[in-house]
Amino acid sequence: MGINELRSVITLVTFLVFVGIVFWAYSSRRKDEFDAAAMLPWDDDEPMTSDQSHRGATNH
Amino acid sequence: MQSQATYNYKVVRQFTVMTVIWGVVGMLVGVFIAAELIWPDLNVVEWLSYGRLRPLHTNAVIFAFGGCGLFATSYYVVQRTCHTRLYAPALAAFTFWGWQLVIVLAAITLPMGYTSSKEYAELEWPIDILIALVWIAYAVVFFGTIAKRKVSHIYVANWFYGGFILAIALLHIVNNLEIPVTLFKSYSVYAGVQDAMVQWWYGHNAVGFFLTAGFLGMMYYFVPKQAGRPVYSYRLSVVHFWALIFTYMWAGPHHLHYTALPDWTQSLGMVFSLILLAPSWGGMINGIMTLSGAWHKLRDDPILKFLITALSFYGMSTFEGPMMSIKTVNALSHYTDWTIGHVHSGALGWVAMITIGSIYYLLPRLYGKNEMYSVKLISMHFWIATVGVVLYIASLWIAGVMQGLMWRATNPDGTLTYSFVESVKASYPFWTIRLAGGTLFLAGMLIMTYNMFKTMAGGKAVDAPVLAPAHA
Repeated sequence: MGINELRSVITLVTFLVFVGIVFWAYSSRRKDEFDAAAMLPWDDDEPMTSDQSHRGATNH
Repeated sequence: MQSQATYNYKVVRQFTVMTVIWGVVGMLVGVFIAAELIWPDLNVVEWLSYGRLRPLHTNAVIFAFGGCGLFATSYYVVQRTCHTRLYAPALAAFTFWGWQLVIVLAAITLPMGYTSSKEYAELEWPIDILIALVWIAYAVVFFGTIAKRKVSHIYVANWFYGGFILAIALLHIVNNLEIPVTLFKSYSVYAGVQDAMVQWWYGHNAVGFFLTAGFLGMMYYFVPKQAGRPVYSYRLSVVHFWALIFTYMWAGPHHLHYTALPDWTQSLGMVFSLILLAPSWGGMINGIMTLSGAWHKLRDDPILKFLITALSFYGMSTFEGPMMSIKTVNALSHYTDWTIGHVHSGALGWVAMITIGSIYYLLPRLYGKNEMYSVKLISMHFWIATVGVVLYIASLWIAGVMQGLMWRATNPDGTLTYSFVESVKASYPFWTIRLAGGTLFLAGMLIMTYNMFKTMAGGKAVDAPVLAPAHA
């Protein structure tokens, strides 16, 4: 296999990997995990807000 | 024990403040060189000349303003979404001081005329080595923090920041392979068209990974946070990430249409640039639709206005870019001010506005306040900046298309209708409008600086405690 065939194969494999990622991301089995992941920025928001009232303790 | 540990906000604060300061400096230089185009007499000494200050402007706004904004927000986001303090605090401090040193060295050497002549990579080899060291330290701090995270999932913003950090390391090192001749002079290891291709592989991916992926990291954290609701579609964000990673690397040749670059390479670059429209708009829609059901928040929250307007400009410039990469369109637009207008639609509209919005979100939280010193001034900043961007890009669209049409116009006998200097003369009114637009944008940054120092003055530096995740 020459270098150019190898390059074509790599391009094709890369494309198939991308298509695979799309199917993986949109499979229904991922839904719960992704829904939870989307909430990650709020995981600590509540304690953060209560902390704001007595933040003096954490000053540096 | 957990309650004693705090996030490392010190380095975030340092980078946040310097983002605003370097934003003012970089944009001031931009306003000055825009004035030089109208009044060439302003080129009083060689170190204030357009040719030397233009790379200082681009380096300052991209790497000093944008770079500090990316450092600040990525360090903030990665700590909070991983529920752990920043890894290797000494290295994190080194990235701050090292990056400031790079910026100061750039501000000294570029006006002195030291340049490797590669666009957006003009700095000479000793500074290139310092950049590489800082960047490797950045990667260690960032990925080290991800490695010791307390949650199993890596939030999508961190994927974008991580992709940006890895890609910039690769791009910077490969494009700046050079042979030093003296302390201040080096020559690229590449020659001819290979040099041009490597340069624009670097140059366009600086747009794709520095000015896009990094700032999309900001978008995926600060837009949901400010809107108070999770991102519209998390699975779309995953596909958005991988689509950009797989596509951007190929788009560089569109900077070299109708040059010595092989024709097929130009066409390949054009096709991949067109494909890029899909992930770009997918990402934009994902960001804007995060507000779905809460559009009313846009009415009275100027920070959200900045963030969402940024996404609108992202959508506009990522439509314009693929269109300009089409060879027949490029035949008109290339080398004209249309390109400069396009770049600023992305740089001022997207990059600066998403950064400004994120910094307004960060500042009160870093200094123990509930909100900025003046929310009214944020609103004023928003409107001044928006009018500034619109004046800037609209005037350069007109100037660019006019220049392109004048340069290609021929008389029936085949001679050129206009001399080059006639197109320069015709551009003056539009350059004047552009200067006004740029000045307005700078004025907005000065308002932000005032608001920032007022916010800092009344507050104390606060490091929020590291909190255990709700579901580890």
